[in-house]
Formats: sequence, structure tokens, C-alpha cells
Amino acid sequence: MSVPLEHDYIGDSSMEKTGDVSIITPQQKSTTKFASSLSMNLKATELRLGLPGSESPERDDGSSAELCIGLPSSKSSVSRPKRGFSVAIHGGSGNWVFSPGAGGPDNNFSSPRNNPAAANSEQAPKDGGLPPQSSPATEKKKAQAAGSGAGPASKAQVVGWPPIRSFRKNTMASHPTPKNSDVVEGGDHNPNSGGSASSTSACLYVKVSMDGAPYLRKVDLKTYGGYKDLSLALENMFSCFTIGQCGSHGVAGRDGVSESRLVDILHGSEYVLTYEDKDGDWMLVGDVPWKMFIDSCRRLRIMKSSEAIGLAPRAFEKCKSSN
Amino acid sequence: MDLTPKQSIPAAESTRFPDEVLERVLTLLKSPKDRNAVSLVCKDWYTADSWSRRHVFIGNCYSVSPEIVARRFPRIRSVTLKGKPRFSDFNLVPDNWGADVHSWLLVFASGSPFLEELRLKRMRVTDGSLEFLALNFPNFRALSLLSCDGFSTSGLATVATHCKNLIELDIQENGIEDLSGEWLSCFPDNFSTLEVLNFSNLITDVNTEVLERLVSRCRSLKVLKLNRSSSLDCLHRLLTSAPQLTELGVGSFSQELTPQQHAELKHAFGFCKNLTVLSGFWDATALNLSAVYPACSGLSFLNLSYTALQSQELASLLPHCPCLRRLWVLDSVGDRGLEAVGANCPSLEEIRVFPTDPFDEDMLHTVTESGIVAVSQGCPKLHYILYFCRQMTNAAVATVVRNCPDFTHFRLCIMNPGQPDHTTNQPMDEAFGAVVKTCKKLKRLSISGLLTDLTFKYIGEYAKNLEALSVAFAGSSDLGMQYVMEGCSKLKKLEIRDCPFGNAALLSGLERYESMRSLWMSACNVTVDGCKALARQMPRLNVEVMKEEGSDDCKADKVYVYRTVAGPRRDAPPSVLTFSSL
Repeated sequence: MSVPLEHDYIGDSSMEKTGDVSIITPQQKSTTKFASSLSMNLKATELRLGLPGSESPERDDGSSAELCIGLPSSKSSVSRPKRGFSVAIHGGSGNWVFSPGAGGPDNNFSSPRNNPAAANSEQAPKDGGLPPQSSPATEKKKAQAAGSGAGPASKAQVVGWPPIRSFRKNTMASHPTPKNSDVVEGGDHNPNSGGSASSTSACLYVKVSMDGAPYLRKVDLKTYGGYKDLSLALENMFSCFTIGQCGSHGVAGRDGVSESRLVDILHGSEYVLTYEDKDGDWMLVGDVPWKMFIDSCRRLRIMKSSEAIGLAPRAFEKCKSSN
Repeated sequence: MDLTPKQSIPAAESTRFPDEVLERVLTLLKSPKDRNAVSLVCKDWYTADSWSRRHVFIGNCYSVSPEIVARRFPRIRSVTLKGKPRFSDFNLVPDNWGADVHSWLLVFASGSPFLEELRLKRMRVTDGSLEFLALNFPNFRALSLLSCDGFSTSGLATVATHCKNLIELDIQENGIEDLSGEWLSCFPDNFSTLEVLNFSNLITDVNTEVLERLVSRCRSLKVLKLNRSSSLDCLHRLLTSAPQLTELGVGSFSQELTPQQHAELKHAFGFCKNLTVLSGFWDATALNLSAVYPACSGLSFLNLSYTALQSQELASLLPHCPCLRRLWVLDSVGDRGLEAVGANCPSLEEIRVFPTDPFDEDMLHTVTESGIVAVSQGCPKLHYILYFCRQMTNAAVATVVRNCPDFTHFRLCIMNPGQPDHTTNQPMDEAFGAVVKTCKKLKRLSISGLLTDLTFKYIGEYAKNLEALSVAFAGSSDLGMQYVMEGCSKLKKLEIRDCPFGNAALLSGLERYESMRSLWMSACNVTVDGCKALARQMPRLNVEVMKEEGSDDCKADKVYVYRTVAGPRRDAPPSVLTFSSL
């Protein structure tokens, strides 16, 4: 490739104006390999979020090396089929355009930086409408990453609209400040809103970290119906981080348990799902009703059970009692 | 043109200044525009400017190469670089698009290792680059990163560790990987030169003792912006030890305080007589807010845009800020709150109203046309407005600009795309027509709502000083864009999304693009062939097309056109095609 000629706005350029137009293509390819390797979904070293003692119905191949994240309030086994990230959006009024999403978790493996943009690509397909001539390709691609399907039936949303920076969007989203107990101030508010307890914000993004994972994720707690949905979604998200810990563990009663796994077996899981509440304390997920949980949860952490000594015994108790 | 080495001028030539004198005179010129003008006068002045230039502002990092900059300005000390198109803030630009600062650092390290200040906006910055910066520029003293991405708190740690003369560390609104607050502890124990510290972007906790010791050591500290997790106790101690602050960003303001604590905090704010800027305030309660009153008498800029205040809370606060010139709030304050602004802020020059919940369809928090009119009635000096709303009328906008004819920046975002005047059901053409007809000094305009080509006709005809235009979901045909390209001779930046402008519109700007910084068009009707035609005719432009997955081969989903003396760039990812006639 030729050295680019220097032009100078002071002098004249001697460039010819005719000539073929060429496309400059860079040397390196993008690292789509990264995304595809993650999607290989290595069954042998699957991370599974399950309840202690339960079995996930899809894992028919009887894979023996499963990581489990235990939830203490287990009453029944997880029976919901594995959820893809399809978006169920139904057209609202007027201009709103239905944007079907497709594709599985692969689309979520975007850049590893903890950038709200990654979260916003999930959040983006929520607002606004499109004039009919705009291409749906833009929002389709973003709609694919929109989190688990049972969101409120809402209008399709346009990427990057309204034009608010990610930082601001995420700051307001993860800490909604609904003033639910407002006295109506002389016509300030819609009189019907009254003292309604429903939060006024449409999404509640919290960070999810997992010990040993190279990057964090963000989930919108509003899109889940309950703890089971959440655990399944997290399972999908973090299944790529095998942590290199093969060998059976997780469910009590399996064969070939190594000594180092014994403690984990007793606890019923390799990992524990915890969250940080409004006061800054780390709590075990599952104790309080779901609504109360999402009101107070600020961030999630998938903690190694070896670190969760203070928390895990309760899981152990419940696991014992349910076995 | 090659730079001649410095030559001394024979004294007999009395028509020329000696270089040294010329350079001394030129150093008194600070504005880049003035400097650029100076460099065009003649070769001697060009040379003198090159040797004496200390600060360079590069509005588009791809318009020039680092080699060219380093060669032309060998003694550069301060660089401001802007990278990605502005719409990358709204996720319209792929993550790996480019604008990596590293190549710049490499060139500067070899040519101008005396670099002291680096200000980046929308650039990609890795931890490796931050480390390189910290280790290779011994005089480095000011780092400002705004809307950048690619780095983590580890990178900040290396800067804190190695930059012995750091005066400014300003980290704002970046896509930063926030691993821990350890970086703050990396400042050496005897380090005391800091004047500006802004880490409001970060989420993880920093060690409050370390922070307090640092603040008490840095007697020249003027600007301190804490992050959300900073507690009010910590704030209280910081205020007591740093009353000289001129700009303060508080942390979260929701902690419950005992009356004693509240009184102490208020007392501490009373020490801060020099405060002109106050920001932060995540989740402020009304009660806590009253603690800041003693510090507000000299306040010129108040940023409350991270807390959903109600109208009454704002109305109670504003009378304490008689000198307020800039105010940023959320729309939770409602029209009532904006009436309070109009009633209490006669010196107000800038107001920005952000949406509390952009996707909330229930309109529980919103401002309307009444709010903006109320502000304009009480604040005749208003010249900058950014207003997110869900309804607007032509008449209201006309009233606003009648009250405040000096607008330089008018950015109106009616959040529902293509929404008409809600009382007349007409397009919003007349609103923006009124703006451009009345506001002769208008430099920046963002339009929204239901708009036909008539809006653009008005803009092209009247907005003769317009430099930046932002358009979304507007226009009826190619004519719209044509009007603007033909009429707005001072246009520098044009960004368009979701408009029915095609190749004819794109090509209508042929004469204009070389005097502009950049053009962005996405989700319009431009095709790849149109882009090729543009590139063929204008060799000094880079024409870049970003393709979306699954779109037709001939469609140019996103187009970014910019002038450059550096030729086509070679670091574009595969999804970005660069058309060039080279």
C-alpha cells in the first residue's frame, strides 16, 4: 500500500481527482473466534445454576462435571426449559415496530470491559418507534441481547434514542429514585399515580460478578419473574467460565468425589449467589420475597462457597433439611 | 512544505521581527483559532508558530496523523484529542471502531517526551497505554479522560504510582472497568501536587483514610469530585480539611443523618466560601440537601442531574444560589420546579433538563412546554438549553426565543420520535423556524419532533452562524439535507440519523465537507455506491461505511465522512469499510 500523500491546506494538492475508488481493508480480522469458542458450550465443564439436590432437565447426557450455584429456598426442582434470549415484543400503538429477536446467548459476549454500553445493548430495544422506512436490522441486532424473554410487553425501542449517555442511563437505571410516597403537589403528578408502590423506572440493572471470571455482566432484575428465572439467566451468562474445575461436584451422592470437593458437596454447591443490599451488606440470595429483593439489591456476586463461610451454612442447613 | 530550522535574521532586515521576538509575541495568543490564523500569514510566521505552539487541539484524531503533528509542533506540551463520532455515546458505533490513543503516545514519546497534558474525549485507552504514558513522560502532569473506554482502575493505579508531578486526574463518564478502589492508594505518601481530582465515574469504594490524607496533603487542591459511594461522614471531614475548594462533587446524599451530624455537615459547608461548582448528589433527600445552603452563595454551576428532586425541593434550594449561571436538573422537578428556576435565577445562562426515566411511558416525571417558557421568562440571559420533554408546541418555542434571543446552543429533544405539536397536531417546523430566525448567534442546534423539509429550508436560510446540527427522525426528502448543505456556510459538524436522505442529499454537500470536521449519517437512504461516488470526487475525505449484520450489500447503514490530511486509516475493523480514491 502506498504511503499516503501529505496534503496541506496552505498549499495546493496535486492529487488527481479521478481514479478508481478502492476499499481499504485492514489486516487483522476481528476476533470472532472469541465469541464462537464461548458458544461451544462445553458440556463437560458446564456451569449450572441449580438448587442443591436438583437436576436440570436438559442435561440428559449426564455430564458429571457440573458447577452448581445453590439457592437456599429450594422447594421444588427446576423444571423450566432453558431460556434463550429471545425478545417477546408485541406492537403497541401507532409507530411502534415489532422487532423479533433471535439467537442465543452468543450475542452477549461483547467486549469484556465493564462498559455500560454492553448493558445498554440489552436495554436499548425498549423505547421509541421507527418510521416505517428505517431498517429493522439495527434494532434486531440489539434486540437479540435483550435479556430473558418475559419482559413486560412493551414497545420496541430504538438504539441510542433518546440520546442519553450510557453513564447517565446506567446511573439512573441501577438506582431508581421513585418517590412513591409523595403527596401530590398541586397537579404536579398524574393524580392516578397516587401512592402506587410500583417503581416508575422501567429497568433495574445491577452488576453481576463471578469470582474468577475476567469480566462482569449486568442484568436487569425487572425482567425476571423470580429467583428461578434469575438463576437460569445467570447460568446462561456465566456458563463459559469453566474455571478449570472439572471433576464431579455439586450434587450430593455422586461417585468419584475427590476430597477437595467434599466440603463443596456438603454445601451442596461450588458457588453461592449473594447480593449487596442498600446498606452495603452481603446477603444470601433467596431469603426475602422477590419484590423485596429487587428493591434492595444493588449488585450480585457469584461467590465461591469457600469464601462464603459466613453465609453458606444456611444453605447447608436448608440443603440438609430438604435432602 | 518542510520546516526550516531556526535561522537568525540578519539585523539589517528591519522589515522582519527576529524569530525570538515573534515567538514571544505568539505565545501570548492562546486560542487555537488565532494560532491557526497566524500560521497562514507567511512561512516565517508558520515556522514561529510551529516552534512556539504548546497546545494543540485535534477535533478528529483521524484528520491528521501523530507523525505530522509531532513534526510540525516539536515542542508540544499539551494535546487535546477527540476520537469517535459523537453518536458513539449512544451505542451507534461498534466497540472496536478505533480511535486508539496508543499510536499517538508512541510518536510523542520519541519526538516530544516533554508532554505534560493529555485530554482525551471518546478515545480508546488501554491500561497498557496508561502505563506507557506514566513511564515515558517524566513531566506529565494532567490527564483528563471523558467518554473514553478500554481501561480499568489498574491503569489509573499506574498513573498514580509513577506520575510524580501530577496536577490533574479527571476521569469522567468513561466505560471503565472498575476493579477496585486501590488505585487511590497508589499515590506516594509524599505526593502533594494534586489540584484536580475527579473520580465521580467510579463505583468501587476508595479507602477513605487514604483519600482524607491525600486531600489534606494537597494544599493546592481546587477541584474534588467524589464518587457515589463516598459517605457523608467522609465528606464532612474532607470539607473541614479543604475549605479552599472551588469545585466540589459530593457523593451519595441519601444517608440518614442525626440532627447533630446534619448540623456539623452544614457547618463544614459554611467553611467553603470559594465554591463555584457543586455536583454529585446521587439520591439526595430534601433534608440533606439543606446542609449545602451555606456554601451556595457564590455558586455559579449546580449539577443536580443525578438525583430526582421534586419541585418543592428545588424551590427551597434555589433562593440560596443568587449567582447561579448554569443549572442541570432532572425532569422530576416538573414545570413547577422550572417556574422556581425562572423566579430565582435572574443570571441564569444555561439550563439542562435530563429525563429521570427515558423509557417511562407513564409520564410520571416530565416537563412540558410550560416549563421551558417559565424559565425563559425569568432568565433573559439564557443562551444554552438542553431540554428533554415529551410534548412541545410551536408557540411555546417561539415564545422562548422571543424572551431569550441570544441562544447559542438550542438542543430540544422531544422524546417520542416524530411527534407533532400536541395542541395543533402540526409539525414542529415553525418552532425551529422561530429559533433560527430570532437567534442570530446560534451555533449549535438539535432538532426533534415531527419535521418536514420546511424546517431545513429555514435552517439553511437563516442559521448562518450554525456550526453543529443534530437531526433525528426528520425531513421528507433529499431536499431537506440539501437546504442545509447549501445554506449553512459555517457548518462544522452534521449528524443525522433515521432520515429519508439518500445519495443525492449526500452528494449535495460536496463543496462543504472539506470545511467541516465530519458528517454522520445512519439509518438513512444512502447506498454504498453513493459513498463511492463521494470518495471518488473528494480525495481528501475519508468516507467510512459501517455495515450492520444482515443488511443488504448495497445499503450504507452508517456513514462517517471526515476531512483528513492523513489519508485513509488502516486500523479500521472489518465491519468498517473505508472508501478512498487513493
